Amino acid sequence: MSTTQDSVATPANTNAAGKNGGVATFIDDRLASANFTKRLLDKVFPDHWSFMLGEIALYSFIILLLSGTYLTLWYNPSMTEVVYNGSYVPLKGVKMSEAFSSTLAISFDVRGGLLLRQIHHWAALFFVAAISVHLLRVFFTGAFRKPREINWVIGTLLLVLALLEGFSGYSLPDDLLSGTGLRIAQGIIQAIPLVGTYVAMFLFGGEFPGTDIMGRLYSIHILLIPGLLLGLITVHLIMVFYQKHTQFPGPGRTESNVVGFRLFPIYMAKAGGFFFVVFGITVLIAAFVTINPIWLYGPYTPSQVTAGSQPDWYIGWLDGAVRLMPNLETSLLGYTISWNIIVPALVVPGIMFTALGLYPWIEAWATGDKREHHLLDRPRNAPTRTGLGVMALTFYMILQIAGGNDVIAAAFNLSINSMTWTFRFLLFALPPIAFVITKRICLGLQRRDNDKLLHGYETGRVLRLPSGEFLEIHEPIGDAEKAMILGKADVIPLELPAAVDANGVRNPKAAKSIMRAKLSRWYYSDVIPTPTDEEMLESANHAEHELHAAQSNTKEIANH
Amino acid sequence: MNELEHPTGDPYGAKDGKDLVSGITVFPMEPHVLRKADIDPKAARRAERQVAAMFTTSSLMIILFIVAFVVIPNTTIITVPVIGTVNANHLATGFAFGMAILLIGIGAIHWAKKLMPDVEVTQERHSLTSRDDERQAVAESFARGKAESGFGERKIIRRSLLGALALFPVPLIVLLRDLGPLPGTRLRETIWDKGIHLVTDATYRKIKASDVPLGGLINAVPENLLEIEHDEGTLNQRGKASIIIVRMDPAEIVSQQGETWDYQGILAFSKICTHLGCPTSLYQQRTHHLLCPCHQSTFDLSDSGNVVFGPAARRMPQLAITVDSEGYLVAQSGFDQPVGPSFWERG
Repeated sequence: MSTTQDSVATPANTNAAGKNGGVATFIDDRLASANFTKRLLDKVFPDHWSFMLGEIALYSFIILLLSGTYLTLWYNPSMTEVVYNGSYVPLKGVKMSEAFSSTLAISFDVRGGLLLRQIHHWAALFFVAAISVHLLRVFFTGAFRKPREINWVIGTLLLVLALLEGFSGYSLPDDLLSGTGLRIAQGIIQAIPLVGTYVAMFLFGGEFPGTDIMGRLYSIHILLIPGLLLGLITVHLIMVFYQKHTQFPGPGRTESNVVGFRLFPIYMAKAGGFFFVVFGITVLIAAFVTINPIWLYGPYTPSQVTAGSQPDWYIGWLDGAVRLMPNLETSLLGYTISWNIIVPALVVPGIMFTALGLYPWIEAWATGDKREHHLLDRPRNAPTRTGLGVMALTFYMILQIAGGNDVIAAAFNLSINSMTWTFRFLLFALPPIAFVITKRICLGLQRRDNDKLLHGYETGRVLRLPSGEFLEIHEPIGDAEKAMILGKADVIPLELPAAVDANGVRNPKAAKSIMRAKLSRWYYSDVIPTPTDEEMLESANHAEHELHAAQSNTKEIANH
Repeated sequence: MNELEHPTGDPYGAKDGKDLVSGITVFPMEPHVLRKADIDPKAARRAERQVAAMFTTSSLMIILFIVAFVVIPNTTIITVPVIGTVNANHLATGFAFGMAILLIGIGAIHWAKKLMPDVEVTQERHSLTSRDDERQAVAESFARGKAESGFGERKIIRRSLLGALALFPVPLIVLLRDLGPLPGTRLRETIWDKGIHLVTDATYRKIKASDVPLGGLINAVPENLLEIEHDEGTLNQRGKASIIIVRMDPAEIVSQQGETWDYQGILAFSKICTHLGCPTSLYQQRTHHLLCPCHQSTFDLSDSGNVVFGPAARRMPQLAITVDSEGYLVAQSGFDQPVGPSFWERG
C-alpha cells in the first residue's frame, strides 16, 4: 500500500468493513484502533457459573448508578423541619426533616418513585452480597495468587467502599431506623481516642444530630464514594482483561492458555443478556417485595427507637461484634478509652480487612510459592487455605448471627444474656473446629478423587461370584473428570535449611528460615499426591483382569 | 534454596503432556458434541422463534408499562395474596418493566446457547513479565531522566521541593475547620437546671407526682426544650436531655446516685444509653431493669442505674428531682455528669 492509501479511507475499504465500516473507519482514522478492537472481539473468556458472581456485582453497580440518578431528582438532603402534608395519611401533620418528607414524596406522590427507591435499595443489598460471594469464590479457588494480587487488593477496597456507600445511603431517608444507625455510628466516631470528639463535631457540624449531616452524607454518597468505586471498578476490569481470566483445570486447559468462548458474539450475548437478567430480576423483586418501608418507621428523633432495630444485612456483623464485646472502659489521667467500642467497631474490622487485603502475600510467604497461577485450585486441593477461609467465615457468621441476637431471643424465647455468653464462647471455639473439620473434608475428597482415578466410579451394578462373593462393577471415569482431578498443581514445601553451611559456619538466618520451612510444611501437610502413571496403569490392568474373570463365570444379580 | 525458582525459558510451555509450571497432566480437548439446533433445521427455527417471541413480549411489556403508568391512579391500594396491601400502580409498572428487561436478557442468553457456535476455542496467554533487556532499558531511561533533572545532586532543590510538597495539602485540611464547632463543653451540658419542670415527651404537659403510677414509665423532657428546639432548629438538646421517669416502692430502691434524688419512689434517669447513645426504652417493671434495644445493655434502675449486663461500661446518669409547690415534678439541678456515649476527654 502506498502512503496515500494509508491515510485516506477509500470507499472500497469502507465496503470491506461492512455496514458499520463508516463508524469503524471514522474511529480508526483517529485512534488506530483496529488491532485493539480485533483483539477485543476475539478475546476468549472461560466459562463457569462462579465467574458470573463478579458480573452480578458490576451490573448491580450500574443499576445503582441509574436508579440513584433518578432518586436525586426528587430527594432533598435538608434537615430543615417541615410539617408533612403529602398523601400518606398516617403521617399528616407530623413534624419531620425535608429529607424524610421528600423520601415520603418519592414513595407516595411520584409515580414510579417507590419502584425506583426499591430498585435502588434491593440493588444495594445485591451489590454487597455479590461482592462478598465473588470474594469467596476468588479466595477459595486461589485466583488471588500471583499475578493477580493487585486486583485482590482493589477488590478488598471495593468491598470496604461498598459498605460505606451502603451505610451512607441507608442513612439518607432520615427515618427512625436509619437515624438510630447514624446515632450509633456517631457514638463510635466519638469514642476514637484523641481525635474522636473533634471528628464527630466536624462531621455532624456540632452535636448529634445537628442539621448538616444529611447534606454531607449526600455528597459522600452520590459523589465521593461512587467516584472512587467507578474508578477502582474500571481498573479492576482492565486488569481482568489484560491479565486474562483464570480457568478451572480441564481437558485442554493449561497454565499457558485460556479455553472458552470469544467475547464477540458469545459473551456479548451471554454477559449482555445476563445484565438484563440481573436488572430484570431486581426490578421484579422491587415490585413484589417491600424493602425499607420508611413510612412505617416514621421520622427520626433522638428520643425514640423501635425495638428489634436491625441494620441492613452487611452491617450486621459489626453490630454483632459491638453486642458481644464485654463492657471495658479505662479512665486514665482524665481521659477515657472505650475498649467496649473501639475494639469491636474499629480494631477488629481493621484487623479483618488488613488481613484480607494482605492474604495473597501471607500465603505466598508461608508457602514460598512465587509461581504464576492461571489454573484455579479446586478448594479441596488447597486444604489449609480452604480451612482458613472457612475458619474466617465461621468467625464472621457468629458475629453476623450475634447481630440479630435480640430477634433470635424473641423468636425462640431464649435468654439474651445466656445467648450473648454462648456467642462469646463460640466466637473463639468454633473457628478452629471449623478449620480442622474443613481440612478433613478436603482431604477426604482428595482421597475419593484418587480412588476414582484408580478404580473408576461405582456403577451400581453388583455381581455375585460363584464363591458367593459380591462385587460391584467400577467403570473408569471420563477424560474431563480425569483432567479436573489431575489438574492439581504440584506443591513444593520449602526445604529445611542447614543450620551450619558446608564450611561449618553457622547460618545466622537459619532460625527464621527453619520457621518458614516449618510453616510451609504445615501449609502443605497431609497433601495427598495424585497416583503416579505406574499406579494408574497397574490399577487399570488389575480392574480389567478382575472384571474379565468375574464376567466369564458369574451372572449379574442386580442392575440399578 | 529458599525461594522456588521460576522455570527458565518459556515460562508456561507444556511438555510431554505435563504443564511445566504446575506439573499437571494436560488432557486433550474433548470432541465437540453437536446440539439439536446444529443438525436439525427445525430445531434451529424453533429456537429462533422462541428468542423472537421473548424480544417481542418484552416490547409488549413496555407498552403495558406505559398504559399502567398512565391509567392506574397512584393512590389505588390493592390487596394481593402473599404480598399484602400494595400500590397498584407500583406493582403493575414494576411487573411490566421488570418482565420487559428480563425477557431481553433471557432471549439473548437463549440465542447464544442455542444458535451461536458452542465450540470452545483456545487462546494463548502472553507473558506478564517483561524481558530482562526491556527492564534494563526502562532502568536506563529512568536513570537518564534522573541525571538530567539533577534530582540526585541538587540537594537543596530536592529538599526544599519535598518540604513544599509536604506543606501543600495543609490548607486542604485547614479549610475543613469550619465544618463544625470545637467540642467545648457541649457534650458535658444539658438544658436541665434547678427548678425546670419535667414535661411529657410528646405533649409537653407538666407531670404531677401523684399522677405517676407505681411501676409505670413516662418519657419526659425539660419544659424549656420546645422553645430551644424552635430557636436552634436542631434536635441536639433532645438527644441529650431526654429522660425516663419510673416509680417504684421506695422500699425496693437499693441505692441511688445521690441522697434523696428521688421523690417518694419516683426516679428520673437519662434516656440516652451510655454505650452508643440509643434511647433506652424497654423497662421491665418487676426487675426494674432498663434495656437498650440497640445492643442490649441493661441497667438496674433500683440500684443507681448500674450496668447489669451488656456492652455499656457506665451506669445511667440519674437526674435529682423533687416537686414544686403545686406538686409538679421539677429538677433539683442539672445532671452531675455528661450523659450519653463516652468520649476521649470525658475522663
